[in-house]
Amino acid sequence: MEKDFDIVNHTADVGIIAYGADISQAFANAAKALFSLITELDDVEEVLYQDIELTAPDEKSLLVEWLNELIYLFDADGIIFKRFDITELNNTRLKARSYGERVDSLKHRLKTGVKAATYHMLKIDKDNGCKVQVLFDI
Amino acid sequence: MPAPWQEIVNKIDDYRWEIPQSYKQGMSVPGLIFASESMLSHIWEENAFQQVANVAFLPGIVGRSLAMPDIHWGYGFPIGGVAATRIKDGVVSPGGVGFDINCGVRLLRTNLTEEEVRPKIEQLVAELFTNIPSGLGSKGKIRVNKKELDEVLTKGSRWVIEKGYGEAEDIVVNEEEGCMKGANPDKVSSKAKKRGIPQLGTLGSGNHFLEVEVVDEIYDSDAATAMGISDIGQVLVLIHTGSRGFGHQVCSDYVALLGEAVKKYGINLPDRQLACAPVKSPEGRDYLAAMACAANYAWTNRQCIAHWARESFVKVFGKSLRELGMEQIYDVAHNIAKIEEYPIGGKKETLCVHRKGATRAFPAGHPDIPNIYKNIGQPVLIPGDMGRCSYIALGTETAMKESFGSTCHGAGRVQSRAAAKRSLRGADVARTLAARGITVKAGSIGSLAEEASEAYKDVTEVVDITHKAGISRKVARAIPIGVIKG
Repeated sequence: MEKDFDIVNHTADVGIIAYGADISQAFANAAKALFSLITELDDVEEVLYQDIELTAPDEKSLLVEWLNELIYLFDADGIIFKRFDITELNNTRLKARSYGERVDSLKHRLKTGVKAATYHMLKIDKDNGCKVQVLFDI
Repeated sequence: MPAPWQEIVNKIDDYRWEIPQSYKQGMSVPGLIFASESMLSHIWEENAFQQVANVAFLPGIVGRSLAMPDIHWGYGFPIGGVAATRIKDGVVSPGGVGFDINCGVRLLRTNLTEEEVRPKIEQLVAELFTNIPSGLGSKGKIRVNKKELDEVLTKGSRWVIEKGYGEAEDIVVNEEEGCMKGANPDKVSSKAKKRGIPQLGTLGSGNHFLEVEVVDEIYDSDAATAMGISDIGQVLVLIHTGSRGFGHQVCSDYVALLGEAVKKYGINLPDRQLACAPVKSPEGRDYLAAMACAANYAWTNRQCIAHWARESFVKVFGKSLRELGMEQIYDVAHNIAKIEEYPIGGKKETLCVHRKGATRAFPAGHPDIPNIYKNIGQPVLIPGDMGRCSYIALGTETAMKESFGSTCHGAGRVQSRAAAKRSLRGADVARTLAARGITVKAGSIGSLAEEASEAYKDVTEVVDITHKAGISRKVARAIPIGVIKG
């Protein structure tokens, strides 16, 4: 894969399409796309990590829950993540270690407030590698 | 060549367009868009017809799936959508309220005139910007612990007024008197509470703002007088914000939870973001109890901001609040679900009215509006974009008959944030606004371009349609002279 993700703009919201050789990589790139909306990832260093474990009723819900968990950690704890190691992923369960640092207003320019990941136009396409599409409310 | 939508919609009159129930299999009721013909092409292009039709799938929906003229493409529900469901056998959908629960608008009056404020506008805007936390990641100056947050969630703005943030009279001129009943903090996740604690008393980012504005047109002077607006040139203060991360988390939590309820109750939906549960089910009741908490959080948030706005005026003009006459005109919610009664087929029905980007618009004499507005109707506050104007209107009987007591809520986006940013630079937007006599202070210069006039429908066109269609009527217009944004 040449690129990790694309940003798709809608009138009031913003969508992402993330790519990967497999679903774990696509989920990781979706997370990277999310944080690229929030700030410039080049300015973010890997100084801490956080382990996340999630369960959800199905794969699509798992994708939304994964991204919403990251939005929560950003909003509640002020952490920007830039790299994601998904160590376990099946239809209903995800385990990941996410690396990043706390927001520093002198170092990080915050661009867009992301309210949530939505189920609208949500897609997981596993033909020829993996491609996932998510729409965020911003 | 006729536009593609022409074959689908039935024109009722110049401002009403019906999407027939036959448009999509599974619709329980027809759709109705309040719009001008010239707006319909854009509404069609961004697929909002489809969204109005999808909402008509909701079990127990009555009347029609409605769209206000500021409709734009949302996720699941369109923004500018109104849907009423029977509580006895219908559903409630968190997506029909949106992530920013009780995003809304508060309007304060002053005794000041443009002539008095203009010379001090730079100082005033700077003071407001310093005094009111705004922008992404900002924290409020008011500190609440977990127990106090629960009190905010159950008591609403009354709690913070008792702490000295505002006047007892503020509650009277507030939708639901600033406190939605049925709020239960036990139905709110600890995540939502964790996000909510530091963000209380913050304006936020995106399209949220505080605006110092000047009345430049009065259409109904008797009604304007009843609201304390006497003259052209009078200065008002408009506050637009909502329930911040607290509301976002409540919505996320319940969309996930109700996604499961959809399976449990065997509900067939065309879009998962429309996730819902019967109003009377445990899941539906829990959502309404959590939503009420978020609504109360938002009213408290606007109460804090109004208090700091008043403080800023007192400081800059060296006058007391009484001398400044900074009374609250009204406060309305734009994103909310309410239990209300309407006649359906000659019988009174209790309905769950979802307003997502729509304003309640109750007429004169309605029992739920304050005494001082009994003779004129409920004030409807409609903000525009930064560069144009905002409107004060009133609810009507027509709204009760046709739109479940609802009207439009604002301008409605026509351009994505990225497109606006590509075509405009924040610095240029600030210069253009300055040339038009509008002083702006924003946390992020990029947000200025995103929220520029060009990105929005003209609010005047939107408000004129609701006025001509009769679902609200105009009272006055105001233009901004100072704006703070996140």
